[in-house]
Amino acid sequence: MTMRARGRRSAVLAGGLGVALVLAGCGADEIDGGGGGGAEAAADSEIDCAPYEEFGDLEGETVTVYTSIVDPEDQPHIDSYVPFEECTGVDVQYEGSREFEAQLVVRTQSGNAPDIAFIPQPGLLANLVASGDVVPAPDQTEANVEEYWDESWKEYGTVDGEFYAAPLGANAKSFVWYSPAAFEEAGYEIPQTWDEMIALSEEIAATGAKPWCAGIGSGDATGWPATDWLEDVVLRQAGPEVYDQWVNHEIPFNDPRIVEALNTVGEILKNPDFVNGGLGDVQSVASTAFDDAALPILDGSCWMHRQASFYQANWPEGTEIGEDGDVFAFPLPPIGSEGTPPVLGGGEFTAAFNDDPATQAFQTYLSSPEWANIKAQVSGPGWVSANTGLDVDNLESPIDQLSAELFQDPEAVFRFDGSDLMPGEIGAGRLWTELTSWIANDKASEAVLTDVENAWPAS
Amino acid sequence: MTTTTPVMAPVPGEADTRGRVHSRAERAQKRLTSRTASVAAIVIAVLWTVPTFGLLLTSFRPELDIRRSGWWSMFTDPQFTVDNYNQVLYGGGTDFATLFVNSLVITLPSVVIPITLALLAAYAFAWIPFKGRSVLFVAVFALQIVPLQVTLIPLLSLYVDSGLAGSFWTVWLSHSMFALPLAIFLLHNFMREIPPSLVEAARMDGAGHVKIFFQVLLPLLTPAIAAFGVFQFLWVWNDLLVSLTFASSPDTVPLTVRLADMVGSRGSDWYLLAAGAFVAMVVPLIVFVALQRFFVRGLLAGSVKG
Repeated sequence: MTMRARGRRSAVLAGGLGVALVLAGCGADEIDGGGGGGAEAAADSEIDCAPYEEFGDLEGETVTVYTSIVDPEDQPHIDSYVPFEECTGVDVQYEGSREFEAQLVVRTQSGNAPDIAFIPQPGLLANLVASGDVVPAPDQTEANVEEYWDESWKEYGTVDGEFYAAPLGANAKSFVWYSPAAFEEAGYEIPQTWDEMIALSEEIAATGAKPWCAGIGSGDATGWPATDWLEDVVLRQAGPEVYDQWVNHEIPFNDPRIVEALNTVGEILKNPDFVNGGLGDVQSVASTAFDDAALPILDGSCWMHRQASFYQANWPEGTEIGEDGDVFAFPLPPIGSEGTPPVLGGGEFTAAFNDDPATQAFQTYLSSPEWANIKAQVSGPGWVSANTGLDVDNLESPIDQLSAELFQDPEAVFRFDGSDLMPGEIGAGRLWTELTSWIANDKASEAVLTDVENAWPAS
Repeated sequence: MTTTTPVMAPVPGEADTRGRVHSRAERAQKRLTSRTASVAAIVIAVLWTVPTFGLLLTSFRPELDIRRSGWWSMFTDPQFTVDNYNQVLYGGGTDFATLFVNSLVITLPSVVIPITLALLAAYAFAWIPFKGRSVLFVAVFALQIVPLQVTLIPLLSLYVDSGLAGSFWTVWLSHSMFALPLAIFLLHNFMREIPPSLVEAARMDGAGHVKIFFQVLLPLLTPAIAAFGVFQFLWVWNDLLVSLTFASSPDTVPLTVRLADMVGSRGSDWYLLAAGAFVAMVVPLIVFVALQRFFVRGLLAGSVKG
């Protein structure tokens, strides 16, 4: 080929690149200009604007919110801000990411922090407070929290005596999923005590069926469902005081009462007569993904599955949830006594990274019962708040209503998921792996807890 | 200019070498067309394709089937649905077309900028003698060793301070920075391969650096540029980490970030991933298939001597 032809071709190439650059420039402009829309679906209820007027004229301000809540659960959040935006003229920009925990730290360290973040672990909140990024909550927010939340919730948003973050959403973990239809057909009653539950399990096992199905697989977080089991039993068997001491490491991790609790869990999870309905033997508990572990309930090869209320999103589409539906849940019964079972749960907290009036006004709005009720109205199944001002009838799904009733019951003891409160290397590391080998390799309970105790970071 | 491609005088011994190469090539051809070689190639190709094929089948299966059994059960119990694709394309809060445009807007400049800069730098390193040239060249290539993860937070701080955060510039600049060392190295090696006599002849004819670069070297460099272009395109298009850190404001978010979030806050929608993967794969696949002949040729030319 001659030089000239080559030259022409490269000219064409260069021209093409130029066009591409210009096009790219246009695209950027368009997108920068067109942002900030959305939130068309306004909530139909009006709110009282008075509480937000004391923050001054906020017209035209912007508040950015960064969360771990992504599509499709993000839209109800965005919709629930509309009344606030109409009251104050503030534009709330919502952004969710599954990489939230890592990215939030990156952003705060590089000076790019959002105005508000919804933090699902009190431990992460404490870290961010320690690095000096989070500012304390305004008095109005604190007043709301004191009025509408159980004391223990305020405690979890408090670091070193200073109140930083109001609770937002919540989820209850102490549930046992079952099939109401199958229970009725077989004539089984919902157990009210732990002993009744074990008796029922034995009754089912006597028919040759496996009463329980379980799965603790979850990718690199494999093991966390087992930590919930252990926490639930510690809370029931040893009591909330011991639970707090255990989580805060005021007693050794391998305290005899904790060993006893783990053995109680083992009576179900490591009992070859009880597990693993529809999925295999005891070892299959470790290898089954938690999101698929309860599915055997649907085809009758399993009877009971302990998992949080948020598991309702994991049932296949078309599964009816409710007291007369395909599946429902009963609270994990108390041990040794009748009465209200304690609730283990989790939730998010709204931390603010600056004290602009708009940010503070929005924080206050999120802690109000008005917001909780509007959020409940625009949300589908799968959202609950522990705000006692929440009207249970606003919730759509029966399991959410049940959770809210538990949260609002003044008798019910609430405790936050302990593995979210422990240091990350334990609560999101060693405890997971140890409990996995407790099941997969049949490691003894004492050895498991002693190894975790030895791994506890010295401080 | 009326230059023609210079005819090289036959060098003694070259015919000899060529003959050896020829017979070696013949032997290789014979060996590679044998029946066992073909069988081996087919077996490897099948093994390589099976996971992708399984993913393709999975993307068309109903949710419950995906969660309960593997894709191979499709042969015994065939059930097709396009619900997953519907959900991926129209189910999300963000419009998929916007995400595609964002990905393109991020990718094209992130390919063009480093290639443009690297061409100029590579030319200087290859054909302009200056003091400390080789030291500087080694220094530039040594930057390749720096893992990009350690630069994320400092870079973002710089962007925030200079008011760039939240725009596309952050991603364009970051991708360009991370690509430059390798781009300069590859293009430099390729430029060194071009016979000096060619450049010298052009210089004798009175051509300056600009003319040599555009009229002598650039046409010969097309395969190398295309090869690196494909390489960079695929890397940027598939990148999650850089865009997650720098481009995660809702207006600039690319396809990969949305794909990573598609499984839902608690991972309950993971059955959508197969369909999502295929949607995201379309563009790189087209680019790769269209430019693959440059890819192979260019890579060999840039790196292998002799």
